[in-house]
Amino acid sequence: MSDTTPVNQSGMTTFFGSLGRYAMRGIEQLGDGTRLGFHALSLLFVKPWQGKHFIIQLYALGVGSLAIIIITGAFTGMVLALQGYYTLAKFGSESLLGAGVGMSIIRELGPVLGAFMIIGRAGSSITAEIGIMRVTEQTDALEMMAVNPMQRIILPRIIATTIAVPLLVSVFDVVGIGAGYIVGVELLGVNPGAYMAELVAKIEMIDLNGGWVKAVVFGFMIGTICTYMGYRAQPTTEGVARATTQAVVVASVGVLIMDYILTSFFL
Amino acid sequence: MIRGENLSKRYGDTVALAATDIHIQAAATTAIMGGSGSGKTTMLRLLSGLIKPTTGHIWYGDEDLCAISDKRLYALRESMGMLFQYSALLNSLNVYDNIAFPLHEHTDLDESVIRTMVSMKLEQVGLRGFEHLMPSELSGGMAKRVAFARAIAMDPKIVFFDEPTSGLDPISAGVITTLIRDTSKMNRMTSIVVTHDVEAGLSIADHVILMWQGSIIARGTPDVIRNSDDERVRQFLEGRPDGPIPFSRSTTSYVDDLTHRPGTVRLEK
Repeated sequence: MSDTTPVNQSGMTTFFGSLGRYAMRGIEQLGDGTRLGFHALSLLFVKPWQGKHFIIQLYALGVGSLAIIIITGAFTGMVLALQGYYTLAKFGSESLLGAGVGMSIIRELGPVLGAFMIIGRAGSSITAEIGIMRVTEQTDALEMMAVNPMQRIILPRIIATTIAVPLLVSVFDVVGIGAGYIVGVELLGVNPGAYMAELVAKIEMIDLNGGWVKAVVFGFMIGTICTYMGYRAQPTTEGVARATTQAVVVASVGVLIMDYILTSFFL
Repeated sequence: MIRGENLSKRYGDTVALAATDIHIQAAATTAIMGGSGSGKTTMLRLLSGLIKPTTGHIWYGDEDLCAISDKRLYALRESMGMLFQYSALLNSLNVYDNIAFPLHEHTDLDESVIRTMVSMKLEQVGLRGFEHLMPSELSGGMAKRVAFARAIAMDPKIVFFDEPTSGLDPISAGVITTLIRDTSKMNRMTSIVVTHDVEAGLSIADHVILMWQGSIIARGTPDVIRNSDDERVRQFLEGRPDGPIPFSRSTTSYVDDLTHRPGTVRLEK
């Protein structure tokens, strides 16, 4: 027994030491990332305006992610309708299908799944693009040409994601509810009037606002995390690859944590 | 014109540049030479303001680069240019847009005027007619020449050149060396060239600074450097592996490593 105690203590010390270091690094990165995001935002009203670059990013993010959002939204609505119908049928409440599908999508699945899709489709490419610009000294070249990379590279992407995510989530919601209608009404025989009436009756403005607030917050988070990870990537091929993976993981986990916090406010 | 006082740079425990003073003459070409890891690129990045020193000050005239605002720094950079070691062309833009980039950003010139200016720069580097190519379609030598054209697009007062001839064939290297020398003289530019190419450095520079292990070990005109008695300078100029500058940076004995590692090689008598 006496032989094993120091070993256990040493193991515990190592474990908590590592845990502490990870936690400290995490907090450090959180602070650094937040500072970068707000620093970029502080350049929003500083000349030269970045309107053209913002439009380019908005197009790339928004239009580029539209197909994946439509597909995901459609299948999410269809699965929800299918699952919901058989659950509600047990209680003889099939008419509530519209409300169930609508509330699930608008309040929860639209913002969260939409954000996940945008992280995978656009967030990772933002990180990789900025990381490669760091590796190939393009950001240094911008600096030397008296162009602030924070204003030119970071700011338009953060603003673009903050605006594009709510728009894409709205598309996700409409497509999801529409797909749910097709499955519920056309395939499973739910009364179309009941589907729409329950949908309109049960969904309130606070549900819609909650979904949009979530989408705006998720958009800002995705933009900030993905640009931060790219901008602070180690200037090596491996560093960019690691940063891209980290950006997807951190942004996804961040969305889930923030989703819980925001949901607790809107309930 | 540019002065560094007590400049040093550390990365954790690693000293990239020991405390040192440096003076760059205006309207002249200064070559900062030295082997790999001697601190010359760190010096260039400090002088250009791309990194902040751990200690010391960098003076542009009477302005301290370490103390001025970002806005002022960007204003100063409008009169600077830089040629990066790997060209650093913006890979989403073609050759024309890369060279026109600083002109679009900082001038209100009409596009036709910008087109003429870009055409002049491309003629200077011998690449007129290649405006439409993307950076990925250029050879290393061509990319360097486009980057050179971009660096001088605004007719800057100060241009930094980071290893301008590294990785180039002798003809391309010669073209770049000639471009630096001629353009610097013609435009009375202050050129700071970091290179380990001895011949190129000595042929284009009015003033040479030689570095080793993060410190300046010699400075003077190319003739002074050529005739230096300092063994370190002689070894560098002659490219000898033996001398005060060690080739090997291994910290332990190779034989000890082989014989004392368990389960590896045993040397029999």
